[in-house]
Amino acid sequence: MIPSAFAYSRATSLQDALIQLQSHEDAKLLAGGHSLLPLMKMRLATPSKLVDLGGLKEELRGVRREGDRLIVGALTTHSEVAHSKVVQESLPALSEAARQVGDLQVRNRGTVGGNIAHADPASDLPAIALAFDAEIVVATLDGTEVIPAHEYFLGPLLTALPEHGLVTHVSFVLPDPGTQTVYEKYPHPASGYAVVGVAAAGGVGTDGTVSHIRVAITGAGEVAYRASAVESALAGQTPTEETIRAAAAQAAADGDIAGDLFASEEYRRHLCQVYTARALRRVFASQLA
Amino acid sequence: MAEVQGIGVRVKRKEDPRLITGEGRYTEDIQLPGMLYAEVVRSPHAHARIKRIDTTAALSSPGVVAVFTGADIEGHVAPIPTAWLPPDSDIKTTAHPALAVDRVRYVGDGVAMVVADDRYRARDAAELVKVEYEPLPATADQELAMGEGAPLLHDDAPGNIAFHWRAGNATDEVFEQAEVVVRHRFRQQRLIPNPMEMRAAVAEYNRSTGDLTLYSTSQNPHIHRFLLSGVLGIPEHKLRVIATDVGGGFGAKIACYPDEALVCHAARVLNRPVKWSEDRSEHFLATTHGRDHIEDVEIAGKQDGTITAIRVRAIANMGAYLSTAAPGVPTILFGLIVPGPYRIPYAGADVYGVFTNTTPTDAYRGAGRPEATYLLERMVDLFAAEIGMDAVAVRQKNLIPSDQFPYETAMGLSYDSGNYQLALHNALETADYETLRATQAELRKEGKYLGVGVTTYVEICGLGPSQVAGAVGFQGGLWESSTVRVHPTGKVTVFTGASPHGQGEETTFAQIVADKLHIPVEDVEIVHGDTARISMGWGTYGSRTTPVGGSALAVATDRVVEKAKKIAAHMLEAAPEDVEFVDGSFQVKGIPTKSTSFHDVTLQAYLAWNLPAGVEPALEGQAFYDPTNFTYSFGTHICVVEVEAETGQIHLRRYIAVDDCGRVINPMIAEGQVHGGIVQGIGQALYEGAVYDDQAQLLTGSFMDYAMPRANFFPRFETSFTETPSPHNPLGVKGIGETGTIAATPTVVNAVMDALRPFGVKDIQMPLSPERVWSAIRNGGSAE
Repeated sequence: MIPSAFAYSRATSLQDALIQLQSHEDAKLLAGGHSLLPLMKMRLATPSKLVDLGGLKEELRGVRREGDRLIVGALTTHSEVAHSKVVQESLPALSEAARQVGDLQVRNRGTVGGNIAHADPASDLPAIALAFDAEIVVATLDGTEVIPAHEYFLGPLLTALPEHGLVTHVSFVLPDPGTQTVYEKYPHPASGYAVVGVAAAGGVGTDGTVSHIRVAITGAGEVAYRASAVESALAGQTPTEETIRAAAAQAAADGDIAGDLFASEEYRRHLCQVYTARALRRVFASQLA
Repeated sequence: MAEVQGIGVRVKRKEDPRLITGEGRYTEDIQLPGMLYAEVVRSPHAHARIKRIDTTAALSSPGVVAVFTGADIEGHVAPIPTAWLPPDSDIKTTAHPALAVDRVRYVGDGVAMVVADDRYRARDAAELVKVEYEPLPATADQELAMGEGAPLLHDDAPGNIAFHWRAGNATDEVFEQAEVVVRHRFRQQRLIPNPMEMRAAVAEYNRSTGDLTLYSTSQNPHIHRFLLSGVLGIPEHKLRVIATDVGGGFGAKIACYPDEALVCHAARVLNRPVKWSEDRSEHFLATTHGRDHIEDVEIAGKQDGTITAIRVRAIANMGAYLSTAAPGVPTILFGLIVPGPYRIPYAGADVYGVFTNTTPTDAYRGAGRPEATYLLERMVDLFAAEIGMDAVAVRQKNLIPSDQFPYETAMGLSYDSGNYQLALHNALETADYETLRATQAELRKEGKYLGVGVTTYVEICGLGPSQVAGAVGFQGGLWESSTVRVHPTGKVTVFTGASPHGQGEETTFAQIVADKLHIPVEDVEIVHGDTARISMGWGTYGSRTTPVGGSALAVATDRVVEKAKKIAAHMLEAAPEDVEFVDGSFQVKGIPTKSTSFHDVTLQAYLAWNLPAGVEPALEGQAFYDPTNFTYSFGTHICVVEVEAETGQIHLRRYIAVDDCGRVINPMIAEGQVHGGIVQGIGQALYEGAVYDDQAQLLTGSFMDYAMPRANFFPRFETSFTETPSPHNPLGVKGIGETGTIAATPTVVNAVMDALRPFGVKDIQMPLSPERVWSAIRNGGSAE
């Protein structure tokens, strides 16, 4: 638990952070540090320099609503997201997911931007980002880039984040008013990461059939994914226990499902279905009642 | 005078304000001028020949003062000893060099020690030690290791068999003639003890006097002094071992490890203080593991529920070397308790201890007794199912009746006292067993699977007496020392040979003294864990601290009172036999007005102006107490679980524990011990398990994969006590530190199997992970 030597400096501005990031071979940005520091302590990561973003809270922290979007600053902590009134009112699933990230200490230090940049395949936020068509807003020295979530998460710890880019915001598309949004998670008993985490949202039209539906799953495989097969199976259907089960049976279809010591691939496929059904039952609770 | 908080009072722990506000002083907190830092280079291979070690680059790394290899310490640091040699077991105490010389035998085996002026530099330099290995075939599985063609770890241990130990009277004939025989194989998975504080050591050498002081995370500093004296060639009077605050041990801080010896050696050679402390990743590899048995068990009985025999053939995974107390754990502490709390006329244990390419195993909370209790209590349930009887009824039928004590078991142990039926009765009543069964039946109709599990257990605890220690091959005594020093003002300092490291004896021991001397607990200071301040001690493990150390303290305190009484009698101009000590004052029997206070007497004892003839000044009592027998705690635990059939997840609904540890000194602390024990026991049942791959690489090497139980996994525990005093010691106490760990594992597994009865599931390998439960439900049988 002793990292190798590294240089440290505290960025004075976003521009300064980007310059430092670029001017130092394998420099890393430090936000909450709860993914990076453990890797460094085990010497699995050995950055030559840490650029501390702690001084940029003014511009990169906080949650705000802009039209049909919810914009979360990269340095907003999971705790702040979980407790934010705006989030609770406009995107409860995000609040629910943030409440279940890691443990109390992690939530108090860990940040949304750090989480999205690190892109752990079992992290909770990617499911929310995919389900709500998030855009990852990235600053580089060349300007701002906006990457849609479905093009951003590429693999385990692998993203479309440009080299020397810095995630500044995550912008979620808010669902229509009245849409139920939920996050159902099976936490790993050791790590607290999602063995399976399902973000879902949906609503019915005046005819009582599903008019919009979104399901995204994290933890189950190499990378979080949109469960399109579930969505198309349920779209246009009247939500019942049967239609939900039938749709949920497709939960693993779009994923690159993987097994590990705790849960085999087969079991994870099963959990995808079970947790998707649970999430959908909550989304359509008033129709099922 | 403040109210006396004596025996039986829920006194808040005196040590807690210091510990919970970060004011404790742990080994890691010790900073000495000029201190160097050591880092151990460990083998990444489970088994390999060392072809070459090149330390050149490490030695020239900034701040590096020295690098030691196995060759460098030969002749200076002797092999690490094994200190429990079960008799008639053909035990092979193969050499365990403090640093591997020609061969490494497990991932984590020490190869070199780098010493630098800074911890970071030591770590950097450790990476520069170049070791050329020639990998050899390896195995982590003890059954494979015993088999033909298995890689041999030690040339002097053919077949990798470290020892073969047998006990009991159960013959084949007994089983051939039995009405019912149930056989089952269990695997006690390997556990990794994880105290909050990991191991650490600081050694300081004084070249001019030849004195070496070792600060160490130890459960038994005197044993460490005793063993290290031999390892280092430093005479005991020149070696001081200090266990400052120690943040938990659970058995993993009993052993004498290579690292502590190496730190001492480095300090001696370099003539500067040297600190070493393991990090959590290192702890997973370099500190002893626990359990890891394969057990083939047979239970025999009658259709009416009578159990007539039980025997086990166990293969215990000892790891790559025999750790300090390791051979005693799967033999004496396991085999002898196999018949448990039941009247079983025939019992047998046949145990192979086997070397594998894994971290050495040794005591882990309960040490042998959880393994025995698990197989017995699981077999009782399987037997009950086989004959179609309620598992509680089978227990009721077979428990040793309370009028049969002392009870001689088939294994030759003499149980001191007990009322096993009462504990069972109380637990059933608390649980409302009949209602639970009715609820279970109702819920099953709704597709909900409730399970009720019961364990009745007995525990060997209060490890002593020394004569028995000798008979069972423990290379030490098992008595305990205590000195009670009353100061002129009546304040008391106690020096105990016990070495508590979280159990709360700074409070409970003070209560024993406060109770006897009728003084406030604040007036009693408990000193422990320093070989220079305490004459001798055997330490804290085996639920012995209160039964043995507490008894030593009681005897020593009685000696104080005895002497004080003589002085008081002289002051009161009465005969000593006419004086009694009542509520803190000495008074002439029948004349309460003619009295003198304890404080007056203590002052006079020191002033010594007018002492009775033949009485020496000062007031101090000392005892070296050797118990006459073990004590046997017992109880009943009941767990209620609900199994989610859809996912295999287990939800703990209720947990009831009725324990009997004889007289309870402090109910709150006893409850705390039970709570912690239950949590660790359930940890084994549901969450924990070390996994090695087929190359003997540890796959569960961090808290990312190795699941420790957490507070939010558990319901509120419903604990209570019955009190059946032990006749073996002056306090009537038994041990309570391990009961929870012993009882909880089978209780929870029995509950889950009870829940899964409709699916035809009889057993599932621990830990009962959701996937294993889910698979078992789908297969209608064992998952593996």
